[in-house]
Amino acid sequence: MNWLITHSPALLILLPLLAAFLMPIIDKINKKARNIFAILIFIIVEILVIILAFDIIKNGMHVYAIGEKNPLQTIPSQAAVPIRIVLQIDAMGIFMGLISATVCLAASLYSLAYIEEGKGKGKFYTLLLLILVGMLGMEFTGDIFNLFVFYEILSIASAALIAYSRKGEASEGAFKFLVISSISALFILFSVALFYGQYDLLNIAALAKNMKYTHLDKIALALLVSAFAMKCGSVPMHFWCPDAYSVAPSSITATLVAGSQASLYALFRVCFTLYGVKLDLQLIGGALIIFGLLSMFVGVTMAIPQKDIKRLMAYHAISQTGYMLLGVGAGLYLLGKPEFDSYGIRAMEGGIFHIINHAMYKGLLFLTAGAIFYRLKTRNLNEMGGLAHKMKYTSIFFIIGALAIAGVPPFNGFASKLIIYESVYKISPILSIIAMLVSILTLASFVKVFHSAFMGPKIHDVEEVPKSMLIGMCVLTFVIIFFGLFPGFIVNNLVHPAAMALAEQAKYLQAIGG
Amino acid sequence: MYEIAWQPIIWIISFVVIAIVAYIIRASGKADYKGGEQEKPFLSGNEAPKEEMHIGGSNIYWGFLHSLEGYYNSMKKMHSGIINDYVSWFVLITAIIFISLFLMEVIK
Repeated sequence: MNWLITHSPALLILLPLLAAFLMPIIDKINKKARNIFAILIFIIVEILVIILAFDIIKNGMHVYAIGEKNPLQTIPSQAAVPIRIVLQIDAMGIFMGLISATVCLAASLYSLAYIEEGKGKGKFYTLLLLILVGMLGMEFTGDIFNLFVFYEILSIASAALIAYSRKGEASEGAFKFLVISSISALFILFSVALFYGQYDLLNIAALAKNMKYTHLDKIALALLVSAFAMKCGSVPMHFWCPDAYSVAPSSITATLVAGSQASLYALFRVCFTLYGVKLDLQLIGGALIIFGLLSMFVGVTMAIPQKDIKRLMAYHAISQTGYMLLGVGAGLYLLGKPEFDSYGIRAMEGGIFHIINHAMYKGLLFLTAGAIFYRLKTRNLNEMGGLAHKMKYTSIFFIIGALAIAGVPPFNGFASKLIIYESVYKISPILSIIAMLVSILTLASFVKVFHSAFMGPKIHDVEEVPKSMLIGMCVLTFVIIFFGLFPGFIVNNLVHPAAMALAEQAKYLQAIGG
Repeated sequence: MYEIAWQPIIWIISFVVIAIVAYIIRASGKADYKGGEQEKPFLSGNEAPKEEMHIGGSNIYWGFLHSLEGYYNSMKKMHSGIINDYVSWFVLITAIIFISLFLMEVIK
């Protein structure tokens, strides 16, 4: 067991990576074996992440130097600084890892029936595994260059899966996603070059220790903040989101949401860990709050007139990202001040709790949208109606997801939103008022979807979706209900350690030594 | 340790109690009620067949969208669907952050 826990950081990346390359071979041999193999890998990754999460919460951060005989020795004996690729997983990293692994597991189960046989299902699972590699890599790496590499893996695999149906609109969405991702990746690479040119370092902790906050560091900061804020769907850099989310297969849209959150994590890691208190906290914290408010308001108001169910949900994904930016931005704004310990950390907890809640309910909502598309072959709300007569389970899953995203008690969305309302109110009541208004508009928007798609007389003669799709939705529903019923347990054991891991920069730096 | 400001379990118990009370009130109604004109569907005051009564997604919140027409027109212009515009916004925001960082230094 000790061996497994020690090597789990590397295994969590290597296992899906190797599985991705094995997938085409197994696909050639037997289709059923391919499905079992894919699901098995996602389940093993989920179990490994949970085991590692328990250990990190109990014993603290994990570091792992790849290629070193003793993986815990981050600095080789002949060197003064870390020169190997170091994986560094703290409570925040593993928190994000849990989200990525759970969403990918639900997506893989859902895809068993959703993705038709004979349409490149083997390639689909290969790319889905690569998406997981990209997300986990971004969340676990302690190296800024590898952050860029995993970001690229995530982007390219995601673009390929957005274009999976090979239809015109899917290709267009994928093209836009690829262009915008490539430019942001270049921004990140340029920042990496600026750091390496100045400090001869790529390790995040070592860079943070030596950070002088020069003009070049400020250029790198502007590039990194805008690149990651764009990739997490922050307004006014969100335009690619509805175009890409709406045309991707629904299981992939759910993973795209988790992928966006990996970028959100990278944004927070850069601000809190790489720059920390050397940052212009009020400026960057204020910028995140403004991005958050804009995302919340523009996202929800643009969702209301949409006729395409997935496009509507995509705008809501932007809107919900706003809550996370608002909560964590408020924490960054107050970092280093006395108020941080009272309500700054609470705002961060709200924002971070909302990340996992959003991944679960938005993942579920996209899967229900996929279930509707699977039966009706349309995303147009005007062509839907009366689905609750036959698709009872899908209707129940949709109601749970919709109530959760709208922040209706007792679901998980309410728990995290309540923490955000309470804490940001102390910075300015206006922030809370806008956040509550956005929740009301979110509810109004989902009432429209529920009425259009599920209510009314029976228009379509359809059946409920296959069981594997229901199981995929059920996994996420279970998490939503559990988090909604026991928010205190989740906040104390998962969210609070994650928020503290971000806020306590010194602990992250000490773990590397040197 | 964080003390959550509300207890979902208590909320659920309250909800169940209210649901039972509502059920008791409903159950005390007339058991032989067969329905009447008040249960027929009407669309803008006109009687219509049940199959044609479904209001499509585009028609809901028409008034809300109409009253905010100015806002939505400007938003539609922003969401042009052209990748060049997307990249322009991205570069513009990068430039704003960049300039703000240097302005802060000058102000300090």
